[in-house]
Amino acid sequence: MDTVHRRLSAFSQKSTALIGLTLSSIAIGLSLSGAALAQQYDLTPGVTEISQQVYDLHRTMLYWCIGIAVVVFSVMFYSIFKHRKSKGAKPAHFHESTLVEVIWTIIPFLILVFMAIPATKTLIEMTDTSESALTIKATGLQWKWQYEYLQYEDDANLKLDFFSNMKTPEDQYKTPVRGTGLFPTPWGSDPATDQAVTSPPEKNEHYLREVDNPVYVPTGQKVRILTTSADVIHSWFLPDAGIKKDAIPGFTNETWFEIPEGKEGIYRGQCTELCGAYHGFMPIEVRAVTQDEFKQWLADAQEKQAAAELAAADESNVDFSMEELMALGEEVYNAKCSACHQPKGQGMPPAFPALAGSDIAILAEKRIEHILIVNRGKNAMPAFTKQLSAKERAAVITYERNAWGNDTGDIVQPKEIVENP
Amino acid sequence: MAHHANPTGLKRWLLTTNHKEIGSMYLLFSLAMFFVGGFMAMVIRAELMYPGLQLVQPDFFNQMTTTHGLIMVFGAVMPAFVGLANWMIPLMIGAPDMALPRLNNWSFWILPFAFGILIFSIIKSFLGLGAAPNFGWTFYAPLSTTYGPPSTDFFILAVHMMGISSIMGAVNVVVTIFNMRAPGMTLMKMPLFVWTWLVTAFLLIAVMPVLAGAVTMMLFDRHFGTSFFDAAGGGDPVLFQHIFWFFGHPEVYIMILPAFGIVSTIIPTFARKPLFGYASMVYATASIAVLSFLVWAHHMFTVGLPLQGNLFFMYMTMLISVPTGVKVFNWVATMWRGSMTFEVPMLFSLAFVVLFTIGGLSGLMLAITPADQQYHDTYFVVAHFHYVLVTGAIFSIYAAAYYWLPKWTGNMFHTGWAKFHFWSSLITVNLLFFPMHFVGLGSMPRRIPDYPLQFADMNFWISIGGFAFGVSQIIFIIVLIKCIRGGEKATAEVWENPEGLEWTVPSPAPLHTFEVPPTVK
Repeated sequence: MDTVHRRLSAFSQKSTALIGLTLSSIAIGLSLSGAALAQQYDLTPGVTEISQQVYDLHRTMLYWCIGIAVVVFSVMFYSIFKHRKSKGAKPAHFHESTLVEVIWTIIPFLILVFMAIPATKTLIEMTDTSESALTIKATGLQWKWQYEYLQYEDDANLKLDFFSNMKTPEDQYKTPVRGTGLFPTPWGSDPATDQAVTSPPEKNEHYLREVDNPVYVPTGQKVRILTTSADVIHSWFLPDAGIKKDAIPGFTNETWFEIPEGKEGIYRGQCTELCGAYHGFMPIEVRAVTQDEFKQWLADAQEKQAAAELAAADESNVDFSMEELMALGEEVYNAKCSACHQPKGQGMPPAFPALAGSDIAILAEKRIEHILIVNRGKNAMPAFTKQLSAKERAAVITYERNAWGNDTGDIVQPKEIVENP
Repeated sequence: MAHHANPTGLKRWLLTTNHKEIGSMYLLFSLAMFFVGGFMAMVIRAELMYPGLQLVQPDFFNQMTTTHGLIMVFGAVMPAFVGLANWMIPLMIGAPDMALPRLNNWSFWILPFAFGILIFSIIKSFLGLGAAPNFGWTFYAPLSTTYGPPSTDFFILAVHMMGISSIMGAVNVVVTIFNMRAPGMTLMKMPLFVWTWLVTAFLLIAVMPVLAGAVTMMLFDRHFGTSFFDAAGGGDPVLFQHIFWFFGHPEVYIMILPAFGIVSTIIPTFARKPLFGYASMVYATASIAVLSFLVWAHHMFTVGLPLQGNLFFMYMTMLISVPTGVKVFNWVATMWRGSMTFEVPMLFSLAFVVLFTIGGLSGLMLAITPADQQYHDTYFVVAHFHYVLVTGAIFSIYAAAYYWLPKWTGNMFHTGWAKFHFWSSLITVNLLFFPMHFVGLGSMPRRIPDYPLQFADMNFWISIGGFAFGVSQIIFIIVLIKCIRGGEKATAEVWENPEGLEWTVPSPAPLHTFEVPPTVK
């Protein structure tokens, strides 16, 4: 018994010194975060008034917390250094004091009240979506965002609606992984060609946070974002605006931000609610431009969309060659389908069925069903009527019925797509 | 008591109704699950070490985060506390055994089967035979219902079994504490570990059925055409979150209240001074338990609750930090003017006080609803709950294991190896979790297999910390095996004048203790 204690107390001096060392390194870590790392590793003050208020709240809370920690740990470590047996400390016998207990219940309570006041004020402001100039509906889909411009100033019939996909090329992130399970093999080969990849391509500056069709918003005007979802729950997060709002299937949430004039620029975020396999690949890119530029962009985008719809309608009566459909089909497949059905159509069963060698893509009697699934969606698969033109859908179905050894020789024309909506 | 021939071999462990043997089985089971869950964490950290997908498919990554969470919460932390309760509650209150010994056997033996089912779904996924649960340990609908893989049904069955086991374990604790205390041990004389477990048991009985309800509704939505969580049929996906977190938040306290009890037992022993504010500790535990039912929606500040709802849950969440703060102050006051020594259980307890407080303070920051719009679902949250659960719950379990190991085995553990385990864990756990605060504030979402380049440097160091923390836990196995096999013989008291009835029985504690109840003055 005693020998154990002698042995143990010999360690104690060293031990406490080490605790002190560890703690001070944490403290140094904390203060470093305030200085060198602040840019990258602290909350962003953002660009809106709300995000600035949120940042101030965050800093106030952080300082209070550091303050409380310093006081509590100082008392604790003073005690650890002074009131130790090896220094001959004799234990006191007190074990109760109602006065002290009441004091250290009331003081934290008062601190909390003091913290709650500004937090309440900011929260009320954040919730007020009234009098917005622009309303955009953001719909989350596995794994992209759809944006519908609903209303701008007095115009409540904008007819502008587009999908926003991640722009980072697949080979920048997907290259070395193939197959399923813990150790996919062969290590480091390109999934498309099966060739070993010795040096993966360099990653873009805005890797994983860049999109093909960004959301344009005007500065100096209140933008209301409605969020909803077509499948699972997603979350629309724009750190520089200090907002995050879940996109829930069957329900619509609203939030708002206003980027002040002079703060034009590109702001980035990403989905922040687990939404399936490619949750990490669902970026948000907002381009804040002046009101004049925004109006110009809006007019151009509307015009482009109307023209595209017209062209698609024209195309749906034209017959295309196998070569043309196959080439376009491969392009569309790799952009829209391969994330789930995989580059070689092998799928990831059971969630994502295979297409290569699968009845649906081979049998003649399943041809219409194949078209209907692409048009209407099925289970986890979204409907593609809005995302792809009739020609693109015809091309991708033709491709699926002829690629990877499916070789049916079927040619599906846009007409057939339109006839089976 | 009539002595009969005890079965030996496998039968001894299958049929035992002895609280000490069942306690040991719980603890060893929890240790095994800790390593299984830890291995999954290693896969997660290996994937996240560099940007880009290097090791696993995104879907498999999600399966790892999901099963890591489930196994750590339900397989490692909770059974460890139940194991400690089994071993120590009868010894602490002077009872010969748990009140319902056969129920006790059954509560334990459900667990290996429940986790067998869950682990089977993961092995199946390893072999490429269909995904394991991949919707996060919070299994939000509709990702887990309409979009869940077929193995979701295994998961539902496993959760039901874990729930049954927990409820029976909790009933046993309540009945034991209320009926089997030694004469003279009034409620307000019970050791704090017993008190915190009593409150925990009530929490378990209150919320495990809620979890069972949630998974049953999932099962019906998946197979029997109901639409509890499907808006298309008149249901509501957010309803799932309300139900889940009504279970989930008390669950958080289920995993930390017994830890409070352990630390409140160990600090007085090595400070050689009675616990400061025993009564206020009891009241604080009870108030935390009550408040824990009124804070659930602070996990849901971004789902679009009305302003009044967000305000209510913000205020309640801030309020719950008051009794928690009282506990920390009481521990510090217990050390004040004591005569401290720093044996391994004390080192883990001191680390608990510091690091749990850091986790508590980041929790206070998360309570501020406007700021939570930024923190929510980022690594800041991951850092917060790992400080609370790893350096909180797990460190307290280590403290308890080192504190009572000599009582269980009759041998002192090897102090050098044990200190090596402590220091190695302490340093690496901070390298692992502290930088997560930074990447989280920098807006890195949780549950992603790949990340924008600005998070690359920190994630590298987090992974290094993760691997080192993982390896450090193997040291504990060495200490444990050495201690079971031999070592300096422990006395009945083990430590210097520790308080509690468990120190009045010899070390190792014989199979049957307190067949004649002791009298407590």
